[in-house]
Amino acid sequence: MTAVTLRPAARAARAGGGLAGAGTLLKMWLRRDRVMMPAWIYVLTALVASTVYSFKNGYDSPASLEGFARGIDRNPSMRALYGPVLNDHTAAGVSAWRVGATGAALTAVMCVLLVVRHTRAEEETGRLELVGAAAVGRRAPLTAALAAAVTAAATAASLAAIVMIVFGLPAAGSVAFGLSWFGTGLVFAGVAAVTAQLAETSRLANGLAFAALGAAYLLRGVADAGSAHWVAWLSPIGWAQRVRPHADEQWAVLLLPLLAFAVLAAAAYALAGRRDLGAGILAPSPGPARAAPSLRGPLALAWRLQRGTLLGWTTAFLVYGLAIGGVADGVGDLVNGSGAVLDDIRKMGGQHDVADAFLATAMGLMALFASAYAVQGVLRMRAEESGGRLEPVLATAVGRTRWALAGLAVTIAGTVVLLAVTGLAIGLVHGARSHDLAGQIPRQLGAALVQLPAVWVLAAVTALIFGVLPRAASAGWGVLAACLLLGQVGPLLKLPQAAMDASPFTHTPKLPGGGFEIAPVAGLTAVAIAVAAAALLAFRRRDIG
Amino acid sequence: MTDAVQAEGLVKTFGRARALDGLDLRVAAGEVHGFLGPNGAGKSTTVRVLLGLMRADAGTARLLGGDPWRDATALHRRLAYVPGDVTLWPNLSGGEVIDLLGRLRGGLDERRRADLLDRFELDPKKRGRAYSKGNRQKVALVAAFASDAELLILDEPTSGLDPLMEEAFQECVREERRAGRTVLLSSHILSEVEALCDRVTIIRKGRTVETGTLAELRHLTRTSIRAELAGPPDGVPLPGAHDVRIDGDTISFEVETAELDAALRQLTEIGVRSLTSRPPTLEELFLRHYEDDHSGRALQEGGVS
Repeated sequence: MTAVTLRPAARAARAGGGLAGAGTLLKMWLRRDRVMMPAWIYVLTALVASTVYSFKNGYDSPASLEGFARGIDRNPSMRALYGPVLNDHTAAGVSAWRVGATGAALTAVMCVLLVVRHTRAEEETGRLELVGAAAVGRRAPLTAALAAAVTAAATAASLAAIVMIVFGLPAAGSVAFGLSWFGTGLVFAGVAAVTAQLAETSRLANGLAFAALGAAYLLRGVADAGSAHWVAWLSPIGWAQRVRPHADEQWAVLLLPLLAFAVLAAAAYALAGRRDLGAGILAPSPGPARAAPSLRGPLALAWRLQRGTLLGWTTAFLVYGLAIGGVADGVGDLVNGSGAVLDDIRKMGGQHDVADAFLATAMGLMALFASAYAVQGVLRMRAEESGGRLEPVLATAVGRTRWALAGLAVTIAGTVVLLAVTGLAIGLVHGARSHDLAGQIPRQLGAALVQLPAVWVLAAVTALIFGVLPRAASAGWGVLAACLLLGQVGPLLKLPQAAMDASPFTHTPKLPGGGFEIAPVAGLTAVAIAVAAAALLAFRRRDIG
Repeated sequence: MTDAVQAEGLVKTFGRARALDGLDLRVAAGEVHGFLGPNGAGKSTTVRVLLGLMRADAGTARLLGGDPWRDATALHRRLAYVPGDVTLWPNLSGGEVIDLLGRLRGGLDERRRADLLDRFELDPKKRGRAYSKGNRQKVALVAAFASDAELLILDEPTSGLDPLMEEAFQECVREERRAGRTVLLSSHILSEVEALCDRVTIIRKGRTVETGTLAELRHLTRTSIRAELAGPPDGVPLPGAHDVRIDGDTISFEVETAELDAALRQLTEIGVRSLTSRPPTLEELFLRHYEDDHSGRALQEGGVS
């Protein structure tokens, strides 16, 4: 009896070659992703639904929609950001333009995260070694990870197409739209499969894959903004656009991502066969045998630990600043047909000049992003503590106050760098486009820097939680989320001023365009200093660990 | 002789759990002191209190003549610490960590640093994330031994080392003692404590149960006796004997050291053909405290040579 029941299993294992156990692994991965994957798919679907809804209902006539789309298409910065408007006659065409490239990029991000999470991250933590010791084929983990990513991309793409059809958009264009996202997802699942073989850490694997995605987006942007349109054919994001959903669909273009996926997956399997478990193809560079003479105090240590993160954030702030600066003077065209949008922007910004109102809103947003950096920077201190790296430092001649001040100082300096870079970038591009460099650079730099005191309050509040209740330190994110919600939803709900005043961002002068007042800026700074002092006092008195 | 560490009646509670419950610890200057206890007995909590990372709820602690909480930074210049679970910064190389910790303390002996890297066969160019557990411990050990600290506080420093490296570690501790430094060695590895320590403190559930030299501790416990006799030992009175086993003419038992003489007299009455007597190992001492539930007798302090 046993021989009879064993035989099919043995045959299956032989037939599966290196793939035995892939199905079990896939089930396990999907179970582990039961929160992350639906969340991503929800965001992507909601993006399509809200965009289609607003274009179907936001414009009184096809002519006003067309006017809006033509205005956009004349602005190279907008083309660089979103791509060209391929069909400006219908809400379907404009919707596909508006979410096509961003949605494809987000699908790619989801696929990269999924593949790396189930390949390199599993190896890095050593969990894959446990799995590998069980009856699992050599190619099974990579296959299961790719299958998980493909499942996620296919679900998101199908739902996007279904949402468009439900809203009454043409079925063929909707399917092509879904497939354009799916194709991009496939390509970057393949890219991540390769980078997961190259890099030894999941951080580097993600970084390499995102660099490829960034390059793809940039190539397409350069191609769409300028005249060298053929360059977009080098970019998988460009392929997604050139499927032309809702604008005379080109189905044959979908072969390109399929082909790329096949090549990348084959490369990943080949690389996987050439390396040991846990190792990467790119050997990690060894570190120095001696510390640089400058690495000699808690400040130098804090800088060393945060500089990589700060560099990444600075790049993002720089790119965002350049983009915002580039579109600011075209905002008038953007809201031409839609008075409601203009009113919304004014409600948030409170200015009369549309470009200023738009920039003031953008500055407010940058303040929130800079606060996210600040919260993360302060929580770094908690990570040092809970990771057991603080104890040996405090067991040397470094006092607690000195260590905590060093961490705070690097974080605070980081927020100054981020907002200064954004302000300069906006001033430079906006100034160049409106032929007022000498005026706009100091004006936008000032508007960016005036956001700082509110950001510092957030950093100080997070530090206070760290000082008093270290285990609850991540509640700093909750404080930031509450401020974000208050700032975005409060004016629309017409909340009482007392409620709005709870957020430090409410008190920041609305620049550029609004009036500058010293009192709220000084007040916020004073609050930040007082809260930070309380945080230090609490940290001096509590147990470490 | 002055004490490097002096703790009396330390109490530390975490919520409802009492991690330290009246713990006493005294480490004389210049000695290697073993600090023994099972997991959760309170060894690491004691070390954290001594380092001023935690404040005790009750009791007094003095470290190198100062207050470990108030004078923390000044005292830390004079000591080096190796934590039980060494974690390194993933991006810093081992060499960088050694230099950094040395500089933060206020100095490093360059010659000794190079010598230690050699003896522990440690590659200082690897990044923190690439080291195994044993190698992370070596990084912390090199940083500690290369300092010119008066006091070394080592919290289970060898749990990840292989036997060769364990030997290198023991040699380093002996050199420290010859140089007149004080070592507080918290450990699980009893053979290591037996090989290195002048005096030992055994703790259990946050309380000190034994403290003294190994000879003194042995004196207070049982010796194993196994004897082949001239005749059957039935009915021999053996005061203070435990675990008596009789197999024909052979008898084996454990006896309190104070009753050893009386027991041997009883055996010679019958006639002894062969006799083996073995003093208790530290392991037996240790296990006895955790098997029996009586809290044991604390030895009077003072008999330190």
